[in-house]
Amino acid sequence: MARRNGGPSNTEIDMTPMIDMTFQLITFFMFVMNFSEAEQDDRIQLPSSQLAKPAEGVIEKPITLQLTNSGAVIYAGELVAVRDIGAYLEREKTVMIDENRAPNSATIIVRADGRAKTGEVQDIIRICQEKGFERFALRAQYDDRR
Amino acid sequence: MARRSSSGLTDKVEINMTPMIDVVFQLMSFFMCTLKVVSPEGDFDIRMPIAAAAAAAPDDQQVPPVRVKLSAAPDGSLAGIAMNGTPVADFDELRKRIIGLIGADSGPNSLAEKTEVEFDADYALEYANVVKAITAVSGKVENGQVVELIRKIKFTPPKKG
Repeated sequence: MARRNGGPSNTEIDMTPMIDMTFQLITFFMFVMNFSEAEQDDRIQLPSSQLAKPAEGVIEKPITLQLTNSGAVIYAGELVAVRDIGAYLEREKTVMIDENRAPNSATIIVRADGRAKTGEVQDIIRICQEKGFERFALRAQYDDRR
Repeated sequence: MARRSSSGLTDKVEINMTPMIDVVFQLMSFFMCTLKVVSPEGDFDIRMPIAAAAAAAPDDQQVPPVRVKLSAAPDGSLAGIAMNGTPVADFDELRKRIIGLIGADSGPNSLAEKTEVEFDADYALEYANVVKAITAVSGKVENGQVVELIRKIKFTPPKKG
């Protein structure tokens, strides 16, 4: 049987289901997407706690200090030794004072690795206290298992 | 000029879908690429001013702080827990002792609100143990509901060695 040749064949595909699906997928990804600017680093394995429920409010302009298990602090994407974070915090403090905000109103988010030494977390807190910061949020991973 | 009226058959207006589908697929690939699977994280809020110990004037309302000592083994694991000097077997027992101390009342001006827990942890102790201890004293989960216990938490100054 000879197939009809010549001129473009006008096969119409019904695009509606595909477009429906694609839009649903886009909506899904838009909802799931995390727009928060929370600093997270894969090098940190947070300790888990069943009481660490995500906060309802947003912490305004927090300073995030992440402590790796080797004892280094990740501050703004840079690896810094614990004893050197004072200089960086001093800079943060100057910026805050320029913006008419008191250092004790800022929250320091401490994302420390579960295997890090407690003393190093305390050292970070002490350095922050010396610079006038007094609100701390110790971050942990929410674990809903009992 | 008279418009041709449709006689039973509807006119088929063909829309060129290609640009829309292109854009939609680009959007979809953008969202798929930027998607980061983030596990939920929460905070333990601690307010710890530097001069708290010196500035806190003793008054009748104040309840002496509960001291929780966390000792570390040489490898950083937990070697022992003690609450106000008496040894505690594990974190569940620590929670029971705290509940025994402050009672079930957790409303305003209750013992739970006034009592403060001071953690004295060894320098080398793995931080995960401290989070477990904070979890034990700051609340419990009962039938899926969080029951708050102690809200005031502080640490002793770090001791190297």
